[in-house]
Amino acid sequence: MLVVLAIVLGLVVLVLLYGVVTYNRLVRLRVRAENAWSQIDVQLRRRYDLIPNLVQSVKGYAEHERELFEEVAQLRTQAQSASGVQAQAQAENQLTQGINRLIAVAERYPDLKASQNFLALQEELTGTESKIAYARQFYNDTVQALNTLIQSFPSRIVANLAGFTPREFFEIEEPARGPVSVQF
Amino acid sequence: MYEQIARNKRKTIFIILGTLIFVGALGYLFGLLLNVGIAGLIIALLIAAAMSFYSYRYGDRLVLRAARARPVTHEEEPRLHNIVEGLALAAGLPKPAIYVVPEKAPNAFATGRDPEHSSIAVTQGLLDTMNRVELEGVIGHEMSHIRDRDMLLGTIVATLVGSVVLIAEFMLRWFWWGGGGMFGGRGRDREGGEGFAILAVVGLLLAILAPIIAQVIKLAVSRRREYLADAEGAMLTRYPPGLAGALRKIATDATPMRVANNATAHLWLNQPSRIHGEQNHWFENLFSTHPPIQDRIRILEEM
Repeated sequence: MLVVLAIVLGLVVLVLLYGVVTYNRLVRLRVRAENAWSQIDVQLRRRYDLIPNLVQSVKGYAEHERELFEEVAQLRTQAQSASGVQAQAQAENQLTQGINRLIAVAERYPDLKASQNFLALQEELTGTESKIAYARQFYNDTVQALNTLIQSFPSRIVANLAGFTPREFFEIEEPARGPVSVQF
Repeated sequence: MYEQIARNKRKTIFIILGTLIFVGALGYLFGLLLNVGIAGLIIALLIAAAMSFYSYRYGDRLVLRAARARPVTHEEEPRLHNIVEGLALAAGLPKPAIYVVPEKAPNAFATGRDPEHSSIAVTQGLLDTMNRVELEGVIGHEMSHIRDRDMLLGTIVATLVGSVVLIAEFMLRWFWWGGGGMFGGRGRDREGGEGFAILAVVGLLLAILAPIIAQVIKLAVSRRREYLADAEGAMLTRYPPGLAGALRKIATDATPMRVANNATAHLWLNQPSRIHGEQNHWFENLFSTHPPIQDRIRILEEM
């Protein structure tokens, strides 16, 4: 009788211990995912800040591209006001395309392309874009670990009881790799 | 990539365990010979730990100064800063301090006791010769050293090696001064007789060989960590050809490094100041801090 009681008690303790450890892991991953998301946010904002400068410097050479300038400005506002992971990703993708078109326009003006100011701006843009990609990578890796834990057995029991829900991945287009594309 | 990372980690653990057993056995033998029990081992470990802790805590500043590294601002080196910041984001670590070493040879190293106090230094030559993806590959490698706390691991290994050297030194001295007495018949506890003599001979041999063995082990750990940092760096950038390209450029670059010395050789991305190009002989490999660069390139290309 005593032995059975001891075994049952031991099992209960083990289950509780598992619950505590799993709960802590879930919390840790959720906090990490939130931090990772705010890191993405920082870099996205940095890019919003760079866009007016880019528009300004291209404007000086290509006055007639007014439509493109307005479109980029609009895409930027759209991205800034987007809410939700998926909507944000979509808006950012469109904004990236707009920026690429701006740069393609700039490419047509050798003076602009060679100017110190523009080169520095381009480096900041490239750098920020790759930072967005890296922050996204870390965010998605974290989300994957979190979601796996939430969905697989037996950790899903703990996750359900504590009210953890899977997070969305942040899917944006990767900036192309390789030396050719980096030069724009 | 994942399995490579796992294999490299496993091998490091094996090597460390092997070293621990080696240190333990040596300390035990030392205790038997000198009749002091385990105290000798503990004293040697404590001394070695104190020395290593100091280098762990303050080593980064010494190393940076020895390399004549200079901190650079974002305005001076925007590309480098952006890349380091990007890979810190990828690894989920705070951004390390960034230094440039005024050297023509392309190379880089990371130092600092933990990710919160880390620094990455690259040579001017690296900045001049590498394109963006290659530089990302190099920084990814260094970032992996920081994330894996290889500086801490290096400290642990140095402590173990240091204690082996200390014990061996003690033993040699003892053979020189006191041990002679034992063979001459003035020894206090000669109950072992012949057995004790054999033990003494083994001890003498070990005292001579142990420091060399310890060095070889230390270098094996160092090489293992380089492979690991290569694999993890490729994981961070998700682009193995970047680092492979950088290593290929480094392999063909013959510029010697002025600041290179034995004390810091293990820190760099690739062993500085190779005298005659390639090193593939197993004996040379045994005593180098880094794996052969061609092997590293091959492994990266297979990923």
